[in-house]
Amino acid sequence: MEELDKLQQFQQKIDAEKKIEPKDWMPEDYRKHLIRQISQHAHSEVIGMQPEGNWITRAPSLRSKIILLAKIQDEAGHGLYLYSAAETLGISREEMINQLHTGKAKYSSIFNYPSLTWADIGAIGWLVDGAAIVNQVSLQRTSYGPYSRAMIKICMEESFHQRQGYEIMAKMAQGTPEQKEMAQDALNRWWWPSLMMFGPHDNESAHTGNAMKWKIKRETNDELRQKFIDKTVQQAEVIGLTIPDPDLKWNEERGHYDFGEIDWEEFWRVVNGNGPCNKKRLNHHKKVHEEGRWVREAAAAYAKKQKNKQIAA
Amino acid sequence: MTTQEALFKYTLRIGDNDLILGHRLAEWCSYGPTLEEDLALTNIALDLTGEAQALLQYAAEVEGKGRSADDLAYKRPERQFYNSIITELPKGDFGYSIVRQFLFDAYELPFFQMLTKSKDETLSAIAHKAVKEVKYHLRHSANWVIRLGDGTEESHNRVQKSLNDLWEYTGELFEMDEVDETVLKEGIGVDLTLVKAEWDETVNKVLAEATLTRPEDGWMQTGAKREGIHSEYLGYILTDMQYLPRAYPDAQW
Repeated sequence: MEELDKLQQFQQKIDAEKKIEPKDWMPEDYRKHLIRQISQHAHSEVIGMQPEGNWITRAPSLRSKIILLAKIQDEAGHGLYLYSAAETLGISREEMINQLHTGKAKYSSIFNYPSLTWADIGAIGWLVDGAAIVNQVSLQRTSYGPYSRAMIKICMEESFHQRQGYEIMAKMAQGTPEQKEMAQDALNRWWWPSLMMFGPHDNESAHTGNAMKWKIKRETNDELRQKFIDKTVQQAEVIGLTIPDPDLKWNEERGHYDFGEIDWEEFWRVVNGNGPCNKKRLNHHKKVHEEGRWVREAAAAYAKKQKNKQIAA
Repeated sequence: MTTQEALFKYTLRIGDNDLILGHRLAEWCSYGPTLEEDLALTNIALDLTGEAQALLQYAAEVEGKGRSADDLAYKRPERQFYNSIITELPKGDFGYSIVRQFLFDAYELPFFQMLTKSKDETLSAIAHKAVKEVKYHLRHSANWVIRLGDGTEESHNRVQKSLNDLWEYTGELFEMDEVDETVLKEGIGVDLTLVKAEWDETVNKVLAEATLTRPEDGWMQTGAKREGIHSEYLGYILTDMQYLPRAYPDAQW
């Protein structure tokens, strides 16, 4: 069959809302786009363990420690699940980790910000997971089967995390004056980076074009960002916190909140490596990977010995 | 010593072991040699912290002074913690944490199995639930001891050294004092000489398979479980753990 026919059939399948499965023919650019997106998503889950892990040993109650431990495990599980989804496209986990270490693969820039107080654990759950959910709910309908199924599973857990994060914020916002100050401060610091999680404006996004045609993405960056803002503003009001945006106001005509301009200079600066924790996060991952080498080698050597024994017997 | 006093301290010892070791394991978050092991170690940390919560809550009830599990975890000073020293040692490399975990799991499984027979219904119930979890912990740590012991020369040497270094901390787990005698007499507690016999069997079997040499018994560290005299490490754990509740005593989290 001609390449062109294959491409046409592929597009028809997508247009008919059928899922593309690992063994199906797909254009090389579709494969590349998915590997880039899914591995970035997997790396984000894994790098995200650092700012949250930063507070496990200082969680202020047994309950909060247990919830945080469980949450981070969910994230690690998502990472595993997503690495597996990416592997169905013909790339190994080791290669993906290598791409992360060389800077070829990225992770969500939000994790280049530091988690400074306990309220940040609340803010990360509420805002960062909240923003991630908006994106991931949309991705449940993505055209690649394994990715879509991963998203369905992941969304269930993420919505739980978002509620837990919001609960921390609510407790602190209604707690002592010092707690309230911490909560507001965390919101101030995490609000704008959370909005940046949706990526550049649609007219400036390099990856949106084919991704929409191939239904990898179902909604644009700006649409998703607006959804997130609309649902989050009221949640802040309920617990008495103020969104740090003087231009934020309800627009009756649009049926949406208007909001101020995002600092795109900051966005690109952090994406390109100059955020508060870029080096720390990546160096940590590299160092730990290197420190674990002898363990992985030992496990491989032991498995080989066992296999040889089986063959001998 | 009244039965109530003995039961309070007995329950604290079990709970503190789980709390402190859970804390040390939680430090592995984002430090695992593979993502799977990162998950496994923090999952065990989660089990242990859950067990600690149940035990400290019960200890608080037994004490009857209106304290909560959180009060016991977050407001007690160093000298009132009764975990064994082995649980508070720094996490070291992966092999060190695994060997420590194995030595502890091999103790904790028979301990909880015997505690299910306790006349104290709460301890028995907690033990029933814990046995299910600790079985997995022991399987996990024993498998890794074998893999690392019988893996490469480097891994073998590393875990043999960890084993040698940790050995002097194992004796404290099996020490029995007035607290143990009191609860044992009441049919509440466990005879640690029986636990030790099972521990020896498990340890010998796994070390043999791992091609590791069991160290000679020599002088054993002591003091924390009996009277709260710890290593220098516990203070730092508590500095982290208790920071928020102590810095903001009026706050609810």
